[in-house]
Order: sequence, then structure tokens, then C-alpha cells
Amino acid sequence: MTTAVPVEESLPTELEGPPPTADSSDVRKGGWAPRIVITIVAAIWMVPTVGVLITSFRPEGLVETTGWWTVFGHLFDTSQWTLENYRAALDTGGFENAFLNSLAVTIPSTVIPITIAAFAAYAFSWMDFRGRHVMFAAVVGLMVVPLQMALIPILRLYTRGAEVAGLRIFPDLDLNGTFLGIWLAHTAFGLPLAVYLLRNYIGSLPSSIIESAKIDGADHFTIFWRLVVPLSVPALAAFAIFQFLWVWNDLLVARIFLGGTSDVEVLTIALSGLVGSRGESWHLLTAAAFISMVLPLIVFFTLQRYFVRGLTAGAVKG
Amino acid sequence: MGGGRRPAAPRIRTEGSEHVVTTALETEPEAPEPVPEEDEPAPRAARAVVLAVLRLLGALVVPIAAFAGLWLTFDWLRDADVNRFVLVAVAIAVGVGGVFILYWAMNRTVDHLPERFREGVRPYVFVGPALVILSVFLVYPVINTIVVSFGDQDGQGFVGLENYRFVFTDESMLRSIRNTFGWVVVVPAVATSIGLAFATLADRLRRGEAVAKSLIFLPMAISFVGASVTWRLVYSFRPEGYGTNIGLLNGIKMGLGMTPTPWLQERPWNNLLLMVIMIWMQTGFAMVVLSAAIKSIPDEILEAARIDGASEMQVFWRITVPSIAPTIAVVVTYMVINAMKVFDIVFVIGSPETNQTEVIAERMIYWFIRNHDGRSGAIAVVLFVLVIPIMIWNIRRFREQEATR
Repeated sequence: MTTAVPVEESLPTELEGPPPTADSSDVRKGGWAPRIVITIVAAIWMVPTVGVLITSFRPEGLVETTGWWTVFGHLFDTSQWTLENYRAALDTGGFENAFLNSLAVTIPSTVIPITIAAFAAYAFSWMDFRGRHVMFAAVVGLMVVPLQMALIPILRLYTRGAEVAGLRIFPDLDLNGTFLGIWLAHTAFGLPLAVYLLRNYIGSLPSSIIESAKIDGADHFTIFWRLVVPLSVPALAAFAIFQFLWVWNDLLVARIFLGGTSDVEVLTIALSGLVGSRGESWHLLTAAAFISMVLPLIVFFTLQRYFVRGLTAGAVKG
Repeated sequence: MGGGRRPAAPRIRTEGSEHVVTTALETEPEAPEPVPEEDEPAPRAARAVVLAVLRLLGALVVPIAAFAGLWLTFDWLRDADVNRFVLVAVAIAVGVGGVFILYWAMNRTVDHLPERFREGVRPYVFVGPALVILSVFLVYPVINTIVVSFGDQDGQGFVGLENYRFVFTDESMLRSIRNTFGWVVVVPAVATSIGLAFATLADRLRRGEAVAKSLIFLPMAISFVGASVTWRLVYSFRPEGYGTNIGLLNGIKMGLGMTPTPWLQERPWNNLLLMVIMIWMQTGFAMVVLSAAIKSIPDEILEAARIDGASEMQVFWRITVPSIAPTIAVVVTYMVINAMKVFDIVFVIGSPETNQTEVIAERMIYWFIRNHDGRSGAIAVVLFVLVIPIMIWNIRRFREQEATR
């Protein structure tokens, strides 16, 4: 906070001040205080992750007897590093299987809602029909319905179907413990946010483009597919990353719909199960935790700017 | 009705004088159907029925056909016992390609309808599937949960308010409500404050701003489960005779010559230690969103204040904070909702009952796992009721935003 240039100095008449042509916002940049504070906070934020990463590469014997921070004393001693923990987690811990299951759950749970939401968002933006404001407000309202409200009834739908006055309106399909069941659940839970984000973006496309396409004889479907979808790639990507991370990292929905069945276990379930059964086997736990973090971290770092755009567009996920 | 309606343009800023927008919003629900003059009353009613049926069909066909397609495919795949890569590939093909082709086919079908129905049905083909899925998977469940919450263990017999009596008398439940209240107050306040301070300071770095922000933001990418494991290692405690203390906090304590502490059993402070995990994860969100808002404040305003002699603190409190107040509200709301529904952290760290760290959502799953649907439902309803004020506020904010578009 001490970086402000004294007022007199920033007056244009003052010769010792910065040259008047310099970008004025540069004046207050730099200085020690912000740099020190930022470095300290960033370091504190990193420490827990670094601890996990280091521990996951240390042999079990060392992990049990010394803290992970002791490695800094002899960083280049190769005997204190190993990949054994990862092998153990992947093979015996079943994390390879869980990793594939996480992929099988996450990718369709990301792409299906995008398709459905994009069509709806287009209609809400560029088609004129009765009640569209009411419908859209209802969809936005659903954004904050807690997932917890929906879990038990959906599970009942999956295991028993639904009847109204003796009439079967939802068949008993035994979807519990299947990928299809969890895709549908994630699709529905992701839809309100997807429709909201995409509607905001698609609705702000210049109307002149849409109008001129209409004048050229394009119908709604062509406009949507040839014009709106290509123009909306940033918004589609933003939501895709958001939903991908959300589904990949989800424990609650997976716990409910895939819970009891070990061959469809996803990473979050496997990891939380490992905490329960071998909570003090830190060499295994840290390797397993890192396996579960690898893909989100890659997605996050490569597509960060889309992710940030999605967040700043006002993301509130139910 | 074909061609008789206005193109959907009044919201667009380039055209949009504001009164057009509000008029459209207000009159929309009451707007009479533009019915051609020559229609007699009877055919008009018949037409309305046909249109309604067609719209319903248009909305239902895509989701039902997509569901049937996926279900049949996977039934077949399950029997064929293929490996997961094939499964994922097929899922993507059917899920994306299939769903898209269904929309396309429905759109073509609408093209073959009589002209007077065409543009009345088409929007429902586009919007309908989303609404159908939301009805089945969100609206119906909400109603169903409310019904179940008045039922017994199995959700069958009616027990009146028994489950709610349980929610508000059971010792563990009451503690979970108190704890959740703590989460809702502490997590948004601390995470937003740190995020705001960090965003403001990072804005002043000459270089390295992006790197610094990435480091704070990074925990957002990992799961609550992963974060919980990470912090369990920080808090790890082993009593004497059970091995070395390898947790960072106890390592520091022992380095200072103190005895190690069983952090996660220290009631009630262990609740705060769990909140730290969520703060660690969500500060990045606050920081990124607030940073974007700070950067959008015009430089001239800030410079003018500085020239007038305002100190940096004054600039921050009198200009920066008021300018980004709406964004702060959004961030806090988001975090309040998240904190209210916190589950994973408490669940993964374990033993919430012995450590007295129960929270509402965790209790819900607790009773769900013990097959008590009635109690579980009642807890979910309580959670929902707590969220409703935020929901109303959210919709109102959205309306205001919409009006100023």
C-alpha cells in the first residue's frame, strides 16, 4: 500500500515525476510490499500440494519415518525417490480401472448437456415463442436447487420406476450402477448452468448476422449449426471445462449412483475408500491422490483462459 | 402464425432502446395469439389442441429416443463385455452424434408439418428436450423429496412431521446445523477477503501476475476428495509409540520443541481446520472473478482520486470496493451456496460424529446410506428451504440484469 507516488510528484508540472507520456497505471506498479505478500501467500498455497507430490515419490520406509520436508536436505540422493507407489496404486489399488471409469463417466456427462443446452439456448435467444421468458427464468431458478434434493427420487426412478395412480409413467430400468444412469443425472444437473451461460453468450451475438442469414433464406437449424455454434466456441469450451472438472471431481453423485459396485468405481470413490481402509498408508494415498489430480490439472493449465472466462461469466452451479 | 411474429431482436443492444425491452417482458405472457381473421371459433379450438399435441411431441421425441438409443446400445455393450475405451468411444458417438442427429431429424419432421403449425412447433423441438430432462431429473425429484420427507423409513407410510421433529431435536442434527452455519459465515468471508486482497496486490506486480494467480487458482481444479487427502497429510497426527509424526503442522510444532497435537480431534477447532480446506480451494475463484472486476474499473477514476490526494487505502475502500460491489455479491452468493452444501470434505476426513464435525449435507447422506429415506428427505428439504432466499435473490438479480441488457 506504500507504492503510491506522492501526489505532487505525479503532477505533470513536476520534473522529477514520471514522464507525462508514460502509462499512468505503470506508476503504481512494482514495489516491495505487494511482491513480498504475494510470494508468501502463493508459497503457503503451494505447500500442501508440494507435500503430496513429494511424498508420492518417496519409498514407504522413508515416508513412515521422516517428514516429506526432510528431502530438501539431500535432494539428489536417488535412493530416496521411487515410482513404486504409483505402480502399487495403479495395479493393486485398482486405480487404473478407476481412472478409465472416471473417463467413461466424465466425457459423455460433459458433451451430452452441451448439445442439449446449445439448442435450448439458441431458441431462448433467437426464436420467438410464448412463455420463453418464463421458461428461461424457471431454468435459471433451477440452478440453485441443491443436488441433494434430487438424489433419492432419481435413485428410486432407477430402481423402481414411477407410477402415478397405478399408471406406469417411468419404466423400471435398473439403471442404478450403470454409466447411463450417472450420465443422465449429470446431464440434468449441468443443464441449468449450461443453458444460462450459453444463452448469455448466444443472445449477445450481433443480431445483424442472424437477420442477414435469415434474409438469405437460412432456416433456424442452418443458422444454429453453421453460424451460431462456430461463433460460440469460447462459451462452449468454457462450459465444457467447467462441467468436465465438476463431474471428474464429483464424489456425491457418483457415491449415490455408482456407490456399491466396485467395477464401475470412479477415482473419487476409490480414493475416499482408500482413506477409509488405509488412511495411514501415506505412500499409497498420496500417489492415488495425485493420479486423481493429474487430468484436471492438465485440463486446467492448457485451457485456463476459457475456464476463467466461464467463471467470470457468472457461474453459480447447483 | 407463420411469419406473423416479430423477429426475436428486441434485446439486442444495438437496437435496444430500453422501453422496448421492458414492454416485451411485461406484455409477453398476456400477448394474444395472433390468430388469422378467417378462423371460426371451433376450428380455432381444434387448432390449439393440435398445436399443443404437436408441441408436446416435439419436446418429448428427442429425449425419449435418445434415451432409448443409449439404453439399447449399452444393454448390448454390457452383454458383449467390451472394454472401456470402446464403451467411451461409443458413448461419445451416440451421445453427441446421436443426440444431434435426433434434433436434425425432428427439425426435418417439423418442415413437413402444415405451414400454419410449423413455426409454432419448432421452438419446442429446440427447447423441449432440455425442459423435459429438467422436469424428470430436477422438478419431479424436488416434489418427490418433499413427499418422501413426510414418510417413514421406506418412504411409504405417512408419519407427518416426525422426520422434521427428528431434524430439529436430534443432537447430532442440531450440531450439523450449527456447524453448517459456521461454514456459511466463515468460508465466504475469509475466502473472499483473501481473494480480494490478493487480486488487488497482484494487480500491482510488474510481472509474474499470471503465475501468482495460477498458483492460488490451482486448488480449484482438484477434487474435494483430493484436497481432503492433501490436508489430512498436513494435519496428520500419530500418538506416541505409533510412529513418527509426518504431518507438516506437527512437524513445525516439534521443530519448535512443542508436543504434537491431534488436530482433527480438537473440538470445536477441528471444524475450522476443515473450513481451511474449502477456503484453500475457493479463494482462487474469488480472486479470479474479483481480479477481472478490478481490471475493468476505468484508470481515470483511480488516477483522479490519487491526484486529489487519496491514499492507496482510501482508493481501495472508497473506489475499488464500491465499484466491484456487485461482483463481490456474486462471489459471496456462490460461496454461501457451496458452503451450505459442503459434504465431501467432512465425509472424506472421516468420523464426523466422534469429532463433532457433522454438516447438514453429510447428515443427509448418512441417513441415506442407512436406508432411512424419510429422514434423508427431510434433511434435503431443510437444505432446500435454506437455499430458497438465495434463489429468489438470484432470480431477481437476473431479471434486473436482463432489463438493463
